[in-house]
Amino acid sequence: MPQTNFIQAINQALSEEMRRDPNTFLMGEDVVLAAFGATKGLIDKFGPSRVRNTPISEAGFVGAAVGAAMAGARPICEVEFASFFYCAFDQVCNQAAKLRYMSGGQASLPITFRAVYGAMGGAAAQHSETVYAQFLSVPGLKLVVPSSPSDMKGLLKSAIRDDNPVIVFEHGALGRLREEIPEGDHLVPLGKAAIKRAGDNVTVIAIGAMVPKALRVADKLVKESISVEVIDPRTLIPLDETALLESVEKTNRVVIADEGHLRGGAAADIAALIAEQGFDHLDAPIKRVTALDVPIPFSPPLEKAAIPGEDRIEAAIRDLMGR
Amino acid sequence: MDITKDKLLEMYRSMQRIRHFESKIRDLATANEIPGFVHVSIGEEASAAGICAALRKTDRITSTHRGHGHLIAKGGRLDKMMAEIYGKRGGYCKGKGGSMHIVDFSLGILGANGIVGAGLPIATGSALAAQVAGRDDVTACFFGDGASNEGTFHESLNLASVWKLPVIFVCENNGFGEFTPMRTVTSVSDIAVRARAHDLPGVIVDGNDVLEVFKVASEAVARARAGEGPTLIECKTYRWEGHVVGEAAILGEYAYRSKEEVDSWKLKCPLIRFEKWCAENKKIDAGELQRIVTETEKELDEAIAFARSSELPAASEVTDDVFA
Repeated sequence: MPQTNFIQAINQALSEEMRRDPNTFLMGEDVVLAAFGATKGLIDKFGPSRVRNTPISEAGFVGAAVGAAMAGARPICEVEFASFFYCAFDQVCNQAAKLRYMSGGQASLPITFRAVYGAMGGAAAQHSETVYAQFLSVPGLKLVVPSSPSDMKGLLKSAIRDDNPVIVFEHGALGRLREEIPEGDHLVPLGKAAIKRAGDNVTVIAIGAMVPKALRVADKLVKESISVEVIDPRTLIPLDETALLESVEKTNRVVIADEGHLRGGAAADIAALIAEQGFDHLDAPIKRVTALDVPIPFSPPLEKAAIPGEDRIEAAIRDLMGR
Repeated sequence: MDITKDKLLEMYRSMQRIRHFESKIRDLATANEIPGFVHVSIGEEASAAGICAALRKTDRITSTHRGHGHLIAKGGRLDKMMAEIYGKRGGYCKGKGGSMHIVDFSLGILGANGIVGAGLPIATGSALAAQVAGRDDVTACFFGDGASNEGTFHESLNLASVWKLPVIFVCENNGFGEFTPMRTVTSVSDIAVRARAHDLPGVIVDGNDVLEVFKVASEAVARARAGEGPTLIECKTYRWEGHVVGEAAILGEYAYRSKEEVDSWKLKCPLIRFEKWCAENKKIDAGELQRIVTETEKELDEAIAFARSSELPAASEVTDDVFA
């Protein structure tokens, strides 16, 4: 079977879902020319009414996605870099997230937001931030963070079919990651974690781009007879609490690896869950491996120092194992 | 433009329903019978009535924190609105929204909104959905002079203009953003001139003259439906009451405007003006107008009875409707 990369997986998901449902349409910054390749060729397949370049006007077009969804459409809205969401916080957090609840269930908001996040090499703090934690405490949103091409495709397709606002965060450094993708209508449900590698001694709960890093560390440590289980929540809301807690129950040790910041981050949120509900299964303190609490810097050695690397995941595992 | 008698009666009924409903909730809020913030639009009824009279049922509107009038003019039910304002399960939003957030999708009411300027991109998106789907439904977007200083105003006008979207931007300029006179915080005295910056028509209308509002709205709706793009309509009007019911207890009476100014606008009451026009032009006799008043009083009494008898939501309903 052919190998598909992360960007091609996005393109396939968009193409298949737009063909499947004529109520879908795509809009965002530079989606026609597709600077990053994810939306390449869609204009030829679906035409200018359903594939629209927006002005650089995040509050305007993100708000328009909310209105279009309320009026019966199923918009797919690309916000180029996830930190641009700050320009549209009202539209995402006050409008998209709340209007179903505030209308007593009358409003349906089937919106898929796509955005690139994470450090990808010298993009500096306003284009490199991992921002999903900012949305974790906004009830009404679903948050998806795929770590592989196959999950990317299956999760994005599920997001587009979901009747709620869903933000799909795509790590900018995963673009060339390749793997085989199952043929046919490949769907990955929202709210179902994946055990990316089974192990017995320590659980690494890894999010997004931390998953391939954790897998490489697990490969290395198996030679020293340290058996690492790598589990990927895949969606932060809904969160597959059961799968995470079961893994901790099995290994009794846990590292949470996330490129977001330490304070108030996704790792903090998951750590609290395990502390509250999995305390009796823990043989050691919970370890968090996250970005430092600094804006992501520009210069390569500084960027490398700010974001969590394989060395820090490995050190956390060794610490828990006393090795 | 010749306006049919049915249309005239419809607009008068809208204005009476708004005046009666809002006068009542002002009194109920003052008496602490209803919780939360209440913003009334008494004195501004003609813009809501005139604009919505130019729309059809499948057209949509977005509204503001001062939204009861728009919802009523688009056909909102007084009983379900009143129950919502009481926080009751029988309300439009099952008690989850309250005065500032009433929605009725079946009537194309995409909602009042507590965030100033939030309705502009939502209305723009609603018009976009119609365009993508190939339908000729129009969306009217109500907002105030205050919202025209928000970024979403400019972003929405630009987007609607560049895509020629079927949307009518209706600025109800009542002269104040909360307690601040518009002229002290706004670079222009007429909001309509801002349309020029985005290459769409900007029209100023006497917002207390329901007939003029209806005429201007009808032209804008026809343009939008024909695919010729958006229009900005500025309705010059005035709110008789405060920004929020109860403000005088905190700020004192006439803290940011004079009694003389308020009284001068009460002389321009849009309902009395319409009644005089009917009498002078022998369009509708006074008895027929009075019958509408009587019917509205009855409708309002029934709405209050409905709201009072509706149950409060159970605590267990708190987690309902977060997700579809």
